[in-house]
Amino acid sequence: MLSFFIRRFAQAALVIAVMVVLVFFGVNVVGDPIWMLISPEMDQEAIEKTAAALGLDKPIIEQFFHFVKGLFQGDLGRSFVHGEPAIQLILSRMGATMELAVVALLMAIVFGLPLGMYAGLYPDRRSSRMIMSGSILGFSLPTFWVGLMLIMLFAVMLGWLPASGRGETVSIFGFETSLLTLNGWQHIALPAFNLALLKISLMIRLARAGTREAMLMDYVKFARAKGLKESTIIRVHVLKNIMIPIVTVLGLEFGSLVAFSVVTETIFSWPGMGKLLLEAIQRLDRPVIVAYVMVVVVLFVVINLIVDLLYSVLDPRVRITGAKA
Amino acid sequence: MSQSNPTVEPVEPALFKQETPWRQFVRTFLEDRVAVTGLMMLLLIIITAILAPWITPQNPYDLGTVDLMDSRIPPGEQTMEGYTAWLGTDGVGRDLYSAILYGLRISLMVGVVSGLIAASFGMCVGLIAAYAGGKVEAVIMRIVDLQLSLPTILVALILVAALGKGVDKIIFALVVVQWAYYARTVRGTALVERNKEYVEAAQSLGLSKTRVIFRHILPNCLAPVIVVLTVQTAHAISLEATLSFLGVGLPQTEPSLGVLIANGFQYMMSGRYWISVFPGLALLFTIVSINLVGDRIRDVLNPRLEK
Repeated sequence: MLSFFIRRFAQAALVIAVMVVLVFFGVNVVGDPIWMLISPEMDQEAIEKTAAALGLDKPIIEQFFHFVKGLFQGDLGRSFVHGEPAIQLILSRMGATMELAVVALLMAIVFGLPLGMYAGLYPDRRSSRMIMSGSILGFSLPTFWVGLMLIMLFAVMLGWLPASGRGETVSIFGFETSLLTLNGWQHIALPAFNLALLKISLMIRLARAGTREAMLMDYVKFARAKGLKESTIIRVHVLKNIMIPIVTVLGLEFGSLVAFSVVTETIFSWPGMGKLLLEAIQRLDRPVIVAYVMVVVVLFVVINLIVDLLYSVLDPRVRITGAKA
Repeated sequence: MSQSNPTVEPVEPALFKQETPWRQFVRTFLEDRVAVTGLMMLLLIIITAILAPWITPQNPYDLGTVDLMDSRIPPGEQTMEGYTAWLGTDGVGRDLYSAILYGLRISLMVGVVSGLIAASFGMCVGLIAAYAGGKVEAVIMRIVDLQLSLPTILVALILVAALGKGVDKIIFALVVVQWAYYARTVRGTALVERNKEYVEAAQSLGLSKTRVIFRHILPNCLAPVIVVLTVQTAHAISLEATLSFLGVGLPQTEPSLGVLIANGFQYMMSGRYWISVFPGLALLFTIVSINLVGDRIRDVLNPRLEK
């Protein structure tokens, strides 16, 4: 058990280390951000001064070691554009993104699970077929296009919901949240639904497949033979059994929600870290790009690690085969 | 599928005549009406995209035919140039119908080219992993796992941020995010295939390794690759449109559908919906039709679903 944990931690650390090298050189080798930062009327001396102030005049290897040293001190460099430490900038926007991703995840469960179970229980009904066609559409539609259509329909034509921004926020325990005001919910509704659409489709598929499989199992037959009500069977026996794979997949999908929020946040002007990343890319603000990627990679690795460790606790087979490999 | 309508099936000839796999594939494919509709839609899209220069009133690249006076004309109205803009015009006076067909060309080209390159590369890597085994396989599959665990949109964003705009760069980024799917698929199939008798037979005949891999194992791994190729092409087109929409994909000089939609975004708030909506619909029909066809191919080629 312990050796499995240690090996898994070592793997996670290795992945992060590889990503540090790849991302740093990937971002720093191409393009020269100095041209984006200076004004055309600056003379050569002023340009060199700016470059020196940002550490851009040193050789790339030296910049890398400087970066790694900073990394261990929790310092990922200063944003060229904002002048603030990059990591602080990212973390200050992280709350908004997390809020969006969590609401989207909840939407996926609230909409996707019942629809998927319904389609799994009555696969031959016309309504079930429509649900499944809808889920194919949900997979096919590009996120940004759905976002545009949502804005057009609900914000421009009907005028029901606001199209941009975060609305009123309330501060609790030092976190800003828009989930405590009606205005905040109105603002989060469209972007969260936009982000959730892909996951709702995924959820429908998972729940349908799981339900169809579970309905054929002996424990369902036995429950029926005991004379339990059909609704009890579905609620207790089926739901519990299909939840295990669904929770796993959703856990892993949370990372992809955070990544895809780049698109949604840009369309809906949601002040999260995805929007920050896109602005950084457009202005070649390297420290912010690198810091964003590092934060997301760490997030991913941690989620994967937690899922893996939970699995090994719940299912001993994983540990044993893991030890052999 | 054929069980549902036994009366339609010509029973006697099918029993005696040997049907080639290709014909059987086509016959089973055509049994599904939705898939056939998807295929027709896809063919129509491809043909109009290829014929774009001959069936559009305007070449949107040719600045001589684009008139700024014609900008933001609603659908169905006459332009200064004399033709009717059935889908309206965009912010700089391009006829949207023409721009969409030219945009389709770029979007399709980027999707197909990146898909084919990624498929070739991924297949080679997957075959090497399956055939070599041991350390080589372990290292390759670790890289594949790492690649697949990162979200495609993020990897693509970082790559184009590092590389800059341009068709070649976007194709490179799309290849990087796609190859691992092919590698994993091919490796899985090849692992099963390499233990079969025909491979052993080929090896006993003293054929070279490359010959066994590429002439014997590879052709038998192609079915799942074709399925992945259709799905991934749709995905690549959608991803390219997303990147272009975000302003980090293709430049304004190469207006794919994503660029057109991005250009229309700013006008949408003022009610000029058509500039974004029509290119979006074209993108949507393209992706949905590819997915419908891909879904059906997967069902037909999946041996587990055979009767």
